[in-house]
Amino acid sequence: MTDFPGAPDPQAPRKGLRVLAAMSGGVDSAVAAARAVEAGHDVTGVHLALSANPQSFRTGARGCCTIEDSRDARRAADVIGIPFYCWDLAERFREDVVEDFVAEYEAGRTPNPCLRCNEKIKFAALLDKALALGFDAVCTGHYATVVVNEDGTRELHRASDMAKDQSYVLGVLDDRQLAHAMFPLGDTLTTKDEIRAEAERRGLAVAKKPDSHDICFIADGDTQGFLAKRLGKAEGDIVDESGTKIGTHEGAYGFTIGQRKGLRIGHPAPDGKPRYVLDISPVNNTVTVGPAASLDVSALTAIKPRWCGAAPQGPGTYTAQLRAHGGETEVTAELVGDELRVTFTEPVRGVAPGQAIVLYDDTRVVGSATIAATERVRAQSA
Amino acid sequence: MAYLDHAATTPMLPEAVQAMTAQLALAGNASSLHAAGRRARRTVEEARESLAASLGARPSEVVFTAGGTEADNLAVKGLFWARRAADPARTRVLASPVEHHAVLDAVDWLATHEGANVEYLPVDACGRVHPQALREAIARNPADVALATVMWANNEIGTVMAVRELAEAAAEFDVPLHSDAVQAYGQLDVGFAASGLAAMTVTAHKVGGPYGVGALLLGRQYAPVPLLHGGGQERHVRSGTLDVPAIAAFAVAGTLAAERRPDFAREVGALRDELIAGVRAAVPEAVLGGDPDPAGRLPANAHFSFPGCEGDSLLLLLDAQGIECSTGSACTAGVAQPSHVVLATGTDPELARGTLRFSLGHTSTRDDVAAVVEAIGPVVERARSAGLS
Repeated sequence: MTDFPGAPDPQAPRKGLRVLAAMSGGVDSAVAAARAVEAGHDVTGVHLALSANPQSFRTGARGCCTIEDSRDARRAADVIGIPFYCWDLAERFREDVVEDFVAEYEAGRTPNPCLRCNEKIKFAALLDKALALGFDAVCTGHYATVVVNEDGTRELHRASDMAKDQSYVLGVLDDRQLAHAMFPLGDTLTTKDEIRAEAERRGLAVAKKPDSHDICFIADGDTQGFLAKRLGKAEGDIVDESGTKIGTHEGAYGFTIGQRKGLRIGHPAPDGKPRYVLDISPVNNTVTVGPAASLDVSALTAIKPRWCGAAPQGPGTYTAQLRAHGGETEVTAELVGDELRVTFTEPVRGVAPGQAIVLYDDTRVVGSATIAATERVRAQSA
Repeated sequence: MAYLDHAATTPMLPEAVQAMTAQLALAGNASSLHAAGRRARRTVEEARESLAASLGARPSEVVFTAGGTEADNLAVKGLFWARRAADPARTRVLASPVEHHAVLDAVDWLATHEGANVEYLPVDACGRVHPQALREAIARNPADVALATVMWANNEIGTVMAVRELAEAAAEFDVPLHSDAVQAYGQLDVGFAASGLAAMTVTAHKVGGPYGVGALLLGRQYAPVPLLHGGGQERHVRSGTLDVPAIAAFAVAGTLAAERRPDFAREVGALRDELIAGVRAAVPEAVLGGDPDPAGRLPANAHFSFPGCEGDSLLLLLDAQGIECSTGSACTAGVAQPSHVVLATGTDPELARGTLRFSLGHTSTRDDVAAVVEAIGPVVERARSAGLS
């Protein structure tokens, strides 16, 4: 990351900074940019063009990859009264997010592309360019809080409103990235309706725009279809825990640990209870299914840890979040070499390798790592 | 604020504003027979006459349109359709590769949808089409050429074409030549009769007139197939109720631009030379686009490529200092693309990403130039450190 002498003194008041506001065309990032202006910063809006061939208009509810979204962002920037640019980061996005997404599924894991985008695009490619151009910070519409300590160090905390908290997808940010991040929406207790009302009051036409969800680069929301197109169909077996074939699938990559729907197994389980994906084996293209109890995980190892601040020494007790919108669970974690070893106080269900585990100390994000392997309560025979 | 984007649009002349606002308060359809209509028609026809006089054309050769893009489309598509209708063998369209999108995309559309056989004429490193190249291209089969189109001066790099010689070459084979003179208008002598062109595009807002009005200068023997069908106004070539206030203001601006042109070109040319020298002194590695000979480029145009810089970054940094200019190239979904013009001159695609166009106009001052010269060195340095994304 390029750092300029002009980067902000960590102790300086967070005012009058040159801020680059990432504007997706949605209501959150527009209000965030407006709040940054109101806080006294010198703000420039930027829309990231992440698709090499953007569609003209939105289809469905996805909201950041079309020309229409770019226009919505520009319109909001005009109303706020800030300069606006469109930066083409499609190539970086393809390499670092889309290809990673496909490769992870191909390896039988379940990636989180939003997290990867924050790590590699918004707070890396975009931030680097922003710093090089003389900006001090990148501002986004994420719901999370940055706390500046007396010694100038920064902490990432959950948003004041836990229901909207997005600190999980920001858990990958290290302290350098955090030093240049600004989340104007994080520290207010506001409902989404209130954010919309604020947008309305500010004259932003995106006030009524539907929320974006799902994966922005899969226009029709059909992840399976997207993967099938990229990876091809590969018929394989669905087996039970004893290894007996009970069905077929069209590609093991299409499944996620803990998945229940869409298994298309003709006959019911002997006990009549629903079956879940327990294991995905890309090597022999096999998907193992079984009862919910077999999903219980007592421990996991995670790789590529990233810390908001210094790495913790020795074992510690934390709360952990294992997926976006997931609940909290109590864990003991210890960094052993490059690996994070995590033990759950109570078993948890449906932990998918590839997802991130984010560790919290109360509301503070301690760090994150990518789940590599899990230890089941019930040993599997498959 | 230093506004150096007059090629995009230039402020309206006060006289034109006055003429337009005076007309806005009056009613009257120039096609009506009653007194209000007669008054409107008189205004339109007087405007047509004064524009014709200032453009070296006959009044009947002035076809009002809703701007340069429409005039270009009317000339390119309309002449193609008419010439092909008269002889189905005529399907070849000759065009320079450095045309504005209003011509380029119209020509591409003819290729895609109308079976036109489009041939791009070679250009030199300045982006100039040589008359001999046009002559040779037509001579390969004079019978199948529908039309040729070569702009008078380039909107990005400012290169001036040898229009009269090009028209002579086309005339040897009775091929109609159209020229988009939108950028040349007000800076060069674009006399229509003397040019030998079949058709020529001009627009009001580049010379201090209002947006949304322009004209196709059209030789009387040409009857392009209309783009718009309706009331049969403008020689049945361009239907639609005439925009009397805009046309009146266009005529005022066009007449003043023609009167002031020799002085304006000299003064703005001197500023342009100062700008080019200053930028080169501040950033020695800057590459001047277009013709290095001042006589071969528009007096108000300066175009540079800055190695290792993204044009967008340069714009952002200059904008932050109150300097308004352009990369010169079009956008796709708001994302700047390397310019087809700069690429056509043989420029390296990576270098083509770091272009800036400074264009001067009737409000430009030495202070504007000084602001650019002062800012450009550090701006280029910073943009380069941000690199090419």
